[in-house]
Amino acid sequence: MPYTPHTEDDVKEMLRRIGAERLEDLWKAVPERIRLKRPLDLPPSLGEAELMRAVKKLAAENTDAGRAACFLGGGTYHHYIPPAIDQLISRAEFYTAYTPYQPEISQGTLQAIFEFQTMVCELTGMGTANASMYDGAEATAEAVLMAERLRPKNQAGAVVLAGALNPLYRMTVNTYLKHCGRPLVTADHDLTGALDLAALKKTATGALCVVVQHPNYFGCLENMEDVAAVCHEAGALLIVVVTEALSLAMLEPPGSFGAAIVAGEGQSLGIPMGYGGPHLGLFACREDDVRKMPGRLAGETVDADGRRGFVLTLATREQHIRRAKATSNICTNQGLLALAATIYLSLMGPRGLAQTAAVNRGRSEYLKQKLQEQGAGRPVFSAPTFNEFALDIGRPPGPVLRAMRQRGWLAGIPLGRDYPALKNAVLITVTEMLARDDLDAYARVLADLLSGNECGQGTDYEW
Amino acid sequence: MTWDEPLIFERSRKGRPGLRASRPDVEDKLAGTGLPAGLARKNAPRLPEVTERDAVQHFTRLSTWNFGLDHGFYPLGSCTMKYNPKINEALAALPGLRDLHPAQSPESVPGALRLMLELKKMLEEISGMAHVCLQPAAGAQGELTGMLMVRAYHEARGGARKVVLIPDTAHGTNPASSALAGYEVKEIPTAKNGVLEAATVRENLSEDVAALMMTNPNTLGLFETNVAEIADALHEAGALLYCDGANLNAIMGITRPGDMGVDVIQLNLHKTFSTPHGGGGPGAGPVGVCDQLAPFLPAPVLAEADGRPVLQWERPLSIGKVTAYYGHFLIMVRAYAYLLSLGPEGVRRAAALAVLNANYIRACLKDTYHLPHPDRCMHEVVFSDKGLPNGVITMDVAKRLMDYGFHPPTIYFPLVVHGSLMIEPTETESRETLDRFIAALTAIAAEAASDPDAVKGAPCSTPLSRLDEVRAARKPVLRYRFPGDAGE
Repeated sequence: MPYTPHTEDDVKEMLRRIGAERLEDLWKAVPERIRLKRPLDLPPSLGEAELMRAVKKLAAENTDAGRAACFLGGGTYHHYIPPAIDQLISRAEFYTAYTPYQPEISQGTLQAIFEFQTMVCELTGMGTANASMYDGAEATAEAVLMAERLRPKNQAGAVVLAGALNPLYRMTVNTYLKHCGRPLVTADHDLTGALDLAALKKTATGALCVVVQHPNYFGCLENMEDVAAVCHEAGALLIVVVTEALSLAMLEPPGSFGAAIVAGEGQSLGIPMGYGGPHLGLFACREDDVRKMPGRLAGETVDADGRRGFVLTLATREQHIRRAKATSNICTNQGLLALAATIYLSLMGPRGLAQTAAVNRGRSEYLKQKLQEQGAGRPVFSAPTFNEFALDIGRPPGPVLRAMRQRGWLAGIPLGRDYPALKNAVLITVTEMLARDDLDAYARVLADLLSGNECGQGTDYEW
Repeated sequence: MTWDEPLIFERSRKGRPGLRASRPDVEDKLAGTGLPAGLARKNAPRLPEVTERDAVQHFTRLSTWNFGLDHGFYPLGSCTMKYNPKINEALAALPGLRDLHPAQSPESVPGALRLMLELKKMLEEISGMAHVCLQPAAGAQGELTGMLMVRAYHEARGGARKVVLIPDTAHGTNPASSALAGYEVKEIPTAKNGVLEAATVRENLSEDVAALMMTNPNTLGLFETNVAEIADALHEAGALLYCDGANLNAIMGITRPGDMGVDVIQLNLHKTFSTPHGGGGPGAGPVGVCDQLAPFLPAPVLAEADGRPVLQWERPLSIGKVTAYYGHFLIMVRAYAYLLSLGPEGVRRAAALAVLNANYIRACLKDTYHLPHPDRCMHEVVFSDKGLPNGVITMDVAKRLMDYGFHPPTIYFPLVVHGSLMIEPTETESRETLDRFIAALTAIAAEAASDPDAVKGAPCSTPLSRLDEVRAARKPVLRYRFPGDAGE
């Protein structure tokens, strides 16, 4: 039997010690009425080699980003992952350890969390960051819940969500907030692709908070100073969402614009795409608000001999102490991935990160130009972008995207399902994983497909 | 060897080169095009400037301060710290699974969808639930998802109701999740024999009660023998039975929550299904529901059409989403491989031996430590510090266990036991390990009588001695202060 050491002798001796006759006696307490009276209907046990073979077969059926050039973004990004990260997080001391509730034998994890918290503060320009949330979507929902705790007197104010907030994040906020009795209002973007400030002014009055993604779902940069001014004027808390953490190396951070809370996705920082999970929720707020913050926190202290060490702290906010009155129910979070991000940021350093961000933006701008030169569509929006942009190809993109996939390109995300006005547009993302040759070839192939008649008709989402 | 390794920021030196980042090509000139001055970063984030060698050395040294499951016995109650098979790690690293973007067309990832579908079916079979959703990122999020579906179910029938009943032995996430789902929590008492009585539940039932959240086996390590009667009582009153599935390891193949009358349950892949704890995640908390709750499942729902896995987004009654995509896919890969390794006999055997191991510890220590429920247990056993001499308490015992080379058990939970020590050995531990652990606890009990300072001053063989948690909370320092920063 896999992974259990018990021999027949072991079982016999242990049963004798317990005073039981058979293993079955140990389940005396389970009433007959609810006993399972047949074996479990599960696939038979596989030997190791057979298991490898079976799962490798499943893996081989998928078109991964090594086999097809990946131009997909929209919240999850294909970036370079330095091999040192995998080797370090594969150390059993890190990945087989539990949550560091016993600090004396968990200083590795705890110090790494403290370093992570510091780095998230530096990236976001905020005073305090926690040890991680599940992902950017849940972090956003929890940010809104924290806003409620920051403004207990504002019982009925709306939650304003930018229309250009990632649609999946919007769904998640909706799920978490639906029963809270607050209106969830959308503040749309204008023709440039950034928030319509006039519309924002109207909805922000009396609102609890405004949730803005920057760069937004279309890759567009928001006019952050103006957005912040509108929020401040309206007395609404500004929550900034960052789904592409790399952008923080190049853009003025949300803290500089007076954000109350930053909710983000850290997957770009040394974490694989993994078909969407696990990812890494980032959560940062102002120092003064720390007691209203969800999630774990590592803090500095000393041991009995005066040596510096780290412990989980301010646990009175959390579920295991405060229970129904906790700031959140979160327990297990994304510890190992917070470590991965900490290692990534240590390996890259400020210059490496800034250079990578510049390469991302530079290549994205290059592709934008190339596509227009080749007659392969036009950017939808005029606002500056970071490493992704919406491209109008003049027709529903499904068949074109399928044709490109068959040629080895994961070419883009159709926008029509979430934004009916953009039914002819795709979201295209460029990272340092795509070389100039890839970009030239992509533009050529897309142009060819758009000018020819190869692609049939079809609905948007079968790509 | 011991290290006095500073913070990575303290190792940083201006100008030290990091990784060779991608070289800009001709597009370099385009990097700043049209970037408004007000949006360009003025001051670089103060990330450490260290060489790869320094970074690797730093984290390697940090790792040596951790006690991992691979080092030794880790009997944390209700955490199910069973061995993390290495083949599962290798499979989760396959590029064909790892390097997939969640927005790829389903046609391009048939293997990934097939794996998820197969895992879903296996979890449905083990739990006896009609439909499993893999989306929640952890147990607590699975609980919230379940409770939001409970809410949606009641709302569809005319009103969400107000209250969730929760036994006094419940894990803190249970009331926290209920509160997050908009419910008031009413705590109900466990009987003196350690289980919930149907009569107690009935006394507390009303039209306001939406559900009862129970854990089975419960956190005292006892099987909730009245579960079927309790389910009946709840259903008669129009309420639902939520089961916290954290302790599923005790009953796999013996009984199934679905057969007990449970309407909704969350499973923990990082407990029962062997995926690693990672120092605090990532885990995964799939949620299983009965047919009546199926319309409310998060979207997309994984289903089968013409023998092919499909993602169904059109779910008008769905509660929506709890994470951005489909759940922790790379964690699912590990759980899937684990279940294929065990097969049906292996799964049942794992439960049997988990219960055997816990009972062995119970039998061997029942005369040494106070046992609130001495006669039986399932996969975990709860002792108390009642009667320990010289003012030695559970905290001291836990810290002293470190000096004997063991990770302490769960302490001070459940709250209903004084100074509780919740020990869950799991089935992957050998008799010799259990004997050594029993010997250590026996020695510590003796030390409490003859040399209490050794216990109260523990640990003494760890990188740091007992840490001052009070000080950490009083004036929290939650980030490194660079020289010259305010508050430094």
